[in-house]
Amino acid sequence: MANSVEIRGLSRAFDGHTVLHELDLDIREGEFVALLGHSGCGKSTLLRILAGLDEEIGGEVTVPARRSAAFQSPRLLPWLKVWRNVVLGLPGRPDKALALRALDEVGIADRATVWPKTLSGGQAQRVSLARALVREPELLLLDEPFGALDALTRGKVQQLVAELWQRHGCAILLVTHDVEEALLLADRVLVMDEGRIAHELTVDLPRSRDLTAPEFVTLRARLLNWLGVTRTLEGTPS
Amino acid sequence: MTTTSLDAVIPTEQAPARITIRGTAKTGRRFSVPRSVRRAAGPVGLVLLWFLTSATGVLPESVLASPVDVIQQAVELTKNGELPSAIAASGRRAATGFLIGATVALSLSLLAGLFRLGEDVIDSSMGMFRAIPWVGLIPLFIVWFGIEETPKIALVALGVTYPLYFNIYGGIRSTDSQLVEAARMMGLGRLGLIKYVILPSALPGALVGLRYALSTAWLALVFAEQINADAGLGYLMSNAQQYFRTDVIVLCLAVYALLGLACDFAVRILSRRLLTWRANFEGEA
Repeated sequence: MANSVEIRGLSRAFDGHTVLHELDLDIREGEFVALLGHSGCGKSTLLRILAGLDEEIGGEVTVPARRSAAFQSPRLLPWLKVWRNVVLGLPGRPDKALALRALDEVGIADRATVWPKTLSGGQAQRVSLARALVREPELLLLDEPFGALDALTRGKVQQLVAELWQRHGCAILLVTHDVEEALLLADRVLVMDEGRIAHELTVDLPRSRDLTAPEFVTLRARLLNWLGVTRTLEGTPS
Repeated sequence: MTTTSLDAVIPTEQAPARITIRGTAKTGRRFSVPRSVRRAAGPVGLVLLWFLTSATGVLPESVLASPVDVIQQAVELTKNGELPSAIAASGRRAATGFLIGATVALSLSLLAGLFRLGEDVIDSSMGMFRAIPWVGLIPLFIVWFGIEETPKIALVALGVTYPLYFNIYGGIRSTDSQLVEAARMMGLGRLGLIKYVILPSALPGALVGLRYALSTAWLALVFAEQINADAGLGYLMSNAQQYFRTDVIVLCLAVYALLGLACDFAVRILSRRLLTWRANFEGEA
């Protein structure tokens, strides 16, 4: 399958401090890639560059023209009704039917005509996903979109993203620091460290994945090890 | 020190370990004064005090006319048409000055807010001009524009420009960069960003500026109409001053105040309609 994203020798420095070092990366069409790493490892910088929000780079990046993003905070315009937010920036007159279809897909068509301030965190994140998907992107960039959600809501929205990805077939780059989330969703997990792709792991588990399967646990241990997290603080009941 | 170190750690007066939270939900039977009545109580009380001190002679008419006289004057001057024509003349000045000032402020704040070049050129100059007290410009305006309508309108325009400029400019510059980024990502161009992101986020500030600007407009008018006016509320007032008619002076002041209040009320209604998307703290009961 052809590549959706091709990155060759990508470098980015802020005031002399190098954040990305000569980075190479390919993402295939329709592939779900998760990018793991500690805070400040350069993963969000990479995502911003792919989004076209940062152009002061060295090297070469090829991305699909049709791409969109969802961020950690939903970033909805508070002065536009929910459905207007979904179709914001699309050419032509705001198409309410289109917005409603997109909102229906993420399960909140009934909230189409309210102000964003009345939405819960999970609802707002669903709207944010609808806004990204209504553009029929070939590449969807997700910057910790579940980070601010509570555990119960997070699980539901993760499930939703998995379904949407299978239906739309777009390539997804998910930036996260949640190892289980990466393993649940992605075809391939990349671990970034100090501006380089330090490790790469292909997740060959059948979907939908079971957190308690021994293979899953093995992969999780390996990823945690790469991230320098050792789980030795097990509780020892007396 | 006779206390041991242990005594110093234990507080002598212990805070209660448990507190009781009592419900404040209305029981229905308890009588409570409606909020509108409570709000009206202050002003009504003051007018009543004014009336009583006038009626008993504590407040002589040469100092301040009684409210009854003021109302009589209002009726009389309305009947003979002097008050309505004075309000019309003053209103025309305020409106013209406001429109000119608002146009200037809007253009300058958009240029300074949207373009870095505009900011460098305009904002520092506006900061400098603001340091000049605008009321102090009256003598200069008389030299420049004479004593007709122009200096009066110019003074109002000047008074309106500053609050509008600084609030709109501030509003534009406080736009959330995360929203700008998201909107750009969704394919909005420069004009789309201005229309859908930057201007709406400047709106709350602009409305605050509008309230200031309108109250400044009436204030500027009071000053301006002291200059050789031959019509308007200021003219009515300076005439009354010559004949020691405190009732007419108070009436004119009251009319100025009412016009100011009406403008303020209009902007508040406008704000409520335009800013329904905002989650606001409404104050505690």
